[in-house]
Amino acid sequence: MARRNSISFAALLILTLLGAAWVIPLLWTFATAFRPANQSVAVGALISTDWTLENFARAWSYAPFGQYYLNTTILVVGILAMQLVTTTLAAFVFARMEFPGRNLIFLLFLLQLMVPAEALAVPNYITMRKLGLIDTHLAMMLPYVASAFGTFLLRQTFRQVPRELEEAAVIDGCGPLQTLWHVFIPLARPTLVAYGLVSVSYHWNNFFWPMVVTNTPENRPLTVGLALFAKAVEGGSDWALVTAGTVIVILPLLVLFLVFQRQFISSFMHSGIK
Amino acid sequence: MLAPALVLLLVFTIYPMFAAGYMSLFQINMATRQQMVWAGFANYQQLFASPLFRQVMKNTFVFAFGTVPFSIGLAMYLAVQLNRRFRGSALFRTIFFYPTVIPMMSAATIWLFMYTPQYGVVNRLLVLFGFGELNLLGNSATALPAIMLMTVWKDAGYFMLFYLAGLQNLPAELYEAAELDGASPWAQFRRLTLPLLMPTTLFVTTVSLINSFKTVDQLFLMTAGGPNNATNLLLYHLYEQAFSFYDRGVAAALTVILVVILMILAIIQNQWVDKRIHYN
Repeated sequence: MARRNSISFAALLILTLLGAAWVIPLLWTFATAFRPANQSVAVGALISTDWTLENFARAWSYAPFGQYYLNTTILVVGILAMQLVTTTLAAFVFARMEFPGRNLIFLLFLLQLMVPAEALAVPNYITMRKLGLIDTHLAMMLPYVASAFGTFLLRQTFRQVPRELEEAAVIDGCGPLQTLWHVFIPLARPTLVAYGLVSVSYHWNNFFWPMVVTNTPENRPLTVGLALFAKAVEGGSDWALVTAGTVIVILPLLVLFLVFQRQFISSFMHSGIK
Repeated sequence: MLAPALVLLLVFTIYPMFAAGYMSLFQINMATRQQMVWAGFANYQQLFASPLFRQVMKNTFVFAFGTVPFSIGLAMYLAVQLNRRFRGSALFRTIFFYPTVIPMMSAATIWLFMYTPQYGVVNRLLVLFGFGELNLLGNSATALPAIMLMTVWKDAGYFMLFYLAGLQNLPAELYEAAELDGASPWAQFRRLTLPLLMPTTLFVTTVSLINSFKTVDQLFLMTAGGPNNATNLLLYHLYEQAFSFYDRGVAAALTVILVVILMILAIIQNQWVDKRIHYN
């Protein structure tokens, strides 16, 4: 579509008002977090010039954010690593192999696309308890590892790999696994990067299932930690503390987003569903 | 090679669907430590007769059909405006998109702060415009709309992205022809952009409906389903039944209801997405 390069004044005004509504919550949160606690509710808070890092020190000692960061990192890296193994293998099979029952199994994968893990929290919780995995990192990861979404995305990419390349690899003596490793995976790198980014940001932000299946600070991820922290503090309405905790959680994400904005946006568009 | 994915899929997606269906036919209350007792469809009957469940379903539908048109309408408006290049258009895109990359839980802490009586920005605005103090989250008439508003704030930028992608694919010649015929911008939007974006709209509608029906995160922090269950949505109610009231039979029945709703939406989406491929 032709881009017309002008914008009407009225449209610009509406955009500016909406933009203000979108950005003020963030600015206000940051301003409060860097403000001495006794000023956080002052009317002139936004234009005051007293800045402090004291709220961050308080938030950091109030809740084990370091531990939460570590847990979330283990969670997203662990899920992505396992997803990459299971989904590339499954995608390769669906893209290139014929076997009896293939369509039925494909349908099972399709079913997972329709029914997100969150909806199955109760039966999965019972399974985790039977497996003795309650309150472990593994329990937070397992329901997401066999990602049907990743499988379909990669299958789509693998199907576009030219047959000749594959045949050349076979002539060179490559088995299926070696062909996958030397031919398919290098060619699918952009898809893998896009999928990786979507997976990491989804699980970095995920709350419900990790909350259901963990019950100690040693295993809780950031989102669950933040919820408990905010709940505990909220009673005293110490907004300087709550906003500092919020900034601790979102600052790295916002910085990463601003730096890799293009990649983020194209990955999210690529993905369709998170 | 398929085995690792298939085993995990069977254990954590296929089996729990059947397990939920099976469990939903029994009375299983962990609180009273009673044995599993065959109950037939009693759990479902109990649910459909319960005023609380009816309210939860009503809340969920109000939430879904209230947020989805707003998010989508706004997303389309933003995309149409920001599809042009002008000074600041990239900044606007960033501003509308950033809530997508932060966790819903931090959006919840931010909006809890915005909605706080007296200190919160929203309340200061209300006072400024003469509405007086209102505890938006503590009032059963305003709590659900307040949650809906923050959800639109969180999601609209994500849907804007799909419209921006859709707009890139529209044929420029059509617009040039319309321009030559003297069609006003509004006529161009109504007669060209809106119908041509229909596949995107259908796709985004189903994605956002599916997201609405599994909305839960922000409720934990902002309202805990209250006041008086005014913001109790399906997945939150399911959580309460399973982990606060320990009624696993009813929780299983709720799981079945949620899964059925999500599957219906997904099937509708598949039909539409197929058409969308057909279009291109």
